[in-house]
Amino acid sequence: MRFTGAIFATVMLGIVFSATFATRVLAQLPDVPEVGALKPVVVKPMESHIGNITGHSQNAKSDYRRYCAGCHGDYGDANGENAVWLDPKPRDFTIATFKCRSTLTGTLPTDQDLFNTIGRGLTNSNMPIWNTFSKQERADLVAYIKIFSPRWEKEKAGVPITVPAEPPVTLESISHGQALFAKLECWKCHGLHGEGDGPSASTLTDSKDNPIRPFNFAAAGNDSRFKCGSTNQDIYKIFMTGVDGTPMPSFADVIQPNDAWDLVHFLRTLQVHRKSRENDILMAAHGVIPPYVEKKTGSLAPAASANEKVPGGGQ
Amino acid sequence: MMVLVASSAMFAGTVSGKVTYTGTPAHMKPIDMSKEPSCAKQHPTPITSETVVTGANDALDNVVVYISSGAPDDGQIPTQAITYVQKGCQYIPHVLAMHVDQEFAIANDDQTSHNIHPHPTVNIEWNLSQQAGSPPIKKKYDKPEFIPVQCNIHPWMHGWFAVLKTSHYDVSKDGGDFKLPNLPPGKYTITAWHESYGTQTADVTISGNETKEVNFSFKAKPY
Repeated sequence: MRFTGAIFATVMLGIVFSATFATRVLAQLPDVPEVGALKPVVVKPMESHIGNITGHSQNAKSDYRRYCAGCHGDYGDANGENAVWLDPKPRDFTIATFKCRSTLTGTLPTDQDLFNTIGRGLTNSNMPIWNTFSKQERADLVAYIKIFSPRWEKEKAGVPITVPAEPPVTLESISHGQALFAKLECWKCHGLHGEGDGPSASTLTDSKDNPIRPFNFAAAGNDSRFKCGSTNQDIYKIFMTGVDGTPMPSFADVIQPNDAWDLVHFLRTLQVHRKSRENDILMAAHGVIPPYVEKKTGSLAPAASANEKVPGGGQ
Repeated sequence: MMVLVASSAMFAGTVSGKVTYTGTPAHMKPIDMSKEPSCAKQHPTPITSETVVTGANDALDNVVVYISSGAPDDGQIPTQAITYVQKGCQYIPHVLAMHVDQEFAIANDDQTSHNIHPHPTVNIEWNLSQQAGSPPIKKKYDKPEFIPVQCNIHPWMHGWFAVLKTSHYDVSKDGGDFKLPNLPPGKYTITAWHESYGTQTADVTISGNETKEVNFSFKAKPY
């Protein structure tokens, strides 16, 4: 009997303690603005133009509040109620920095870029594929997110970079791409086999100081889908324009167009779990990428010869 | 990093002084550059991080001292070239002060590539790769802001851009000294900014061809 009493006391103590604890924790939470108690904000209506569709911000308010604000926040400041639980964090529309652009680093994306992102979703994040919205609705949402930053009134969207026609995939272009991957030091973050485990990988943070992982090309299944589109043209744009707000810089001033295509072809071979023309060609060569030989001098590219650690698609 | 705009050389008032600290500044750890041998070999003695750089007699370097009010911005953008150099996987200077809309160049003197990734909040963010031997990148900022700069490839590289809406500024160096020359007569507020210790202000009146001494003392934080 004494025993039961002791257990009862312990349990009661536990309940009282957790109740006090819960009250304390709840007391620390910031005040959540109630719906209807929002600050009155005078908003200038914005537009978007996707092909022959014109999006109007006024028409997207209820969609935004219902489907987007939970993460991106009522004010577009990435402080939605779910945001604390998310990694990577939702986009903050008030600073108008966007990852997936066809335009140069530091410029605003085109309406089409934003439209594509909404429809495509973002791999390895909590941003789903919003193809349940009609094209008109997506265009309206593109217009709506522009109300959060004054940049959209002051600046024009950047000019999309030119993507030249893709040369044929050859073993030689893959080999040159591999030499570039070494020379441009992509491996310092992405790792020698593109597994996102380079020497600097563990130190990376995004522009809001949240830890961020480099892309893992070799991930299985859908995780190796590129964030900003899955065609070779999309890969070309990703490294040429950079992924703004993250450690991934723009290489537009650094890589010549033809070299860029070679790099694209090599990057494809790092996606070891994906079927691609590049992987087929590499398979036909028994998975061995020949060392790159500089055409003019006939000597090895400096980065490939000087560095023992030649990156490679492990087939 | 002194900027002289000789607009009214007749009234060459000057404010000069020294920035010091009190207390114990945080220990600056030596940087391990072994992951970048081409940089490591440039520093026989490892360099330390530069969050707090001190000199003899409690001097505090890398403090941006500028006129924050009193000198109406004449809109004259200094014309001389300023350069931010990446050398030995270090930013030189650690703090680059500049006028709003002034063009500056970013050079890579290293055998390795860097990415220049400033983190502005009111200016526009960009992030550029720069290979060894490639030409300088030219940029400018159109709003005043203190912008931290980072290289993601070499995570120990940290620096600052101080974008100011005045051409009267200096960065304390060589024992905490600074000098703001060519000030016409008037009442000025002088602000001193340090990346870890915050800002301080002082008021000063210049009434002719004179040199006023203004000193700043920051309270050092041990961490």
